[in-house]
Amino acid sequence: MTALDISLTVNGERVTERVEARNTLVDFLREELALTGSHVGCEHGVCGACTVRVNGEIVRGCLMLAVQCDGATVETIEGLSDSGEIADLQAAFEQRNALQCGFCTPGMIAAAQDLLKRGDVPSRDQIREHLSGNYCRCTGYHAIIDAVESVAQQRAKGRSP
Amino acid sequence: MKPAPFAYKKARSLEEAVALLGEKDARLLAGGQSLIATLNMRLSSPALLIDINGIGGLGGVAHKNGKVELGALVRHAQAEHSELIAKYAPLIARAMPHIGHAAIRNRGTLGGSVAFADPAAELPACLLALDAEIDATGPKGKRTIRAQDFFKGLFETALGPQDVLTAIRVPAAGKDTRTGFAELARRHGDYAIVGLAASARADGKKLNDVHLAFFGVDARPVRARKAEAALASGSVDAAVAALDLDPPDDVQASGKVKQHLAGVLLRRVAAQLMEARP
Repeated sequence: MTALDISLTVNGERVTERVEARNTLVDFLREELALTGSHVGCEHGVCGACTVRVNGEIVRGCLMLAVQCDGATVETIEGLSDSGEIADLQAAFEQRNALQCGFCTPGMIAAAQDLLKRGDVPSRDQIREHLSGNYCRCTGYHAIIDAVESVAQQRAKGRSP
Repeated sequence: MKPAPFAYKKARSLEEAVALLGEKDARLLAGGQSLIATLNMRLSSPALLIDINGIGGLGGVAHKNGKVELGALVRHAQAEHSELIAKYAPLIARAMPHIGHAAIRNRGTLGGSVAFADPAAELPACLLALDAEIDATGPKGKRTIRAQDFFKGLFETALGPQDVLTAIRVPAAGKDTRTGFAELARRHGDYAIVGLAASARADGKKLNDVHLAFFGVDARPVRARKAEAALASGSVDAAVAALDLDPPDDVQASGKVKQHLAGVLLRRVAAQLMEARP
């Protein structure tokens, strides 16, 4: 068994831990740091429930090892939520019933924010394509697309003079 | 599931990675988007993972001597958004959005995709369509392998057990270069049921040097040479009729369905090849 020391920044806080090489990033976040907002679904990169940000870009938390995050900046749904960055997306998901069980929601919102932070208003097709790697097994996708589209439009309005 | 235990070492240089590959059951870790999935499912359980992400000089994109050179560690997302690739390697730019999803493309590497050689993957077929060259470094030094000699069989390449793929090179596109790409998948981002990567040179309304590289139809990407000749002589119908593929049945579709879909894709891609470049 190989254990290695890693130092990284998680949601703005410096973290130093000893991790087993075989630990995936999402398991490390959930089990060592008790950040259980990132969910473990398929564990082979298909469902998107474990989506987190590493160095500003979304990744699959199940397809990256914790040891690979030495020196990285990681943001989970808890960090995105606390900073207020996704407050409007959270509100829109609630208002439009874009979730039922909520298992997919953290990954869904992290992926949606990745698209919206580019700044333009994506088409519904572009939203669908960007969220194509995130599975929802209960609500269905229409309400989710509605919520993301409405936030894109609100943000564009907020930006125009 | 969780991966079986393994040792992990970060290679700081190419030489170190090559040397470490001499250890028992060692595997390279690049983007990890296929490898870590197989570890999680315990389809593979190497003794040692050699992380090559920290090796310098493998992540560049350059246009030189009439070629575009792409480092093995170029991420799919980087290739997708590169202006240089869009201009000088447009086939690769066309293929990128079909590979996985945004979160996968942020990590997955070009080198990893080529070395893994999934028979239904996009990039190996692009390299075959472009007559690309692949650089590898092993214990005896560096060598260059042509794409047509690189893909040997199901997940099998010309790479030796201690070889590290370092770069791929494709001819830079000129004014007369035409490319086409299409695939059919059950869901956007999935591996293709059938796909086609194509390149050609336009000579007035005629196409020369037509390369049609199909994927998802065999154990490796394959050229349809009779269809290429028919398309070069100007007839899309004749090209479809001449499609010299023999796709086996798989979990996604029967061979017969795949053969039909290959014809559908050929018509779409032929239309792309005929389009004048903007």
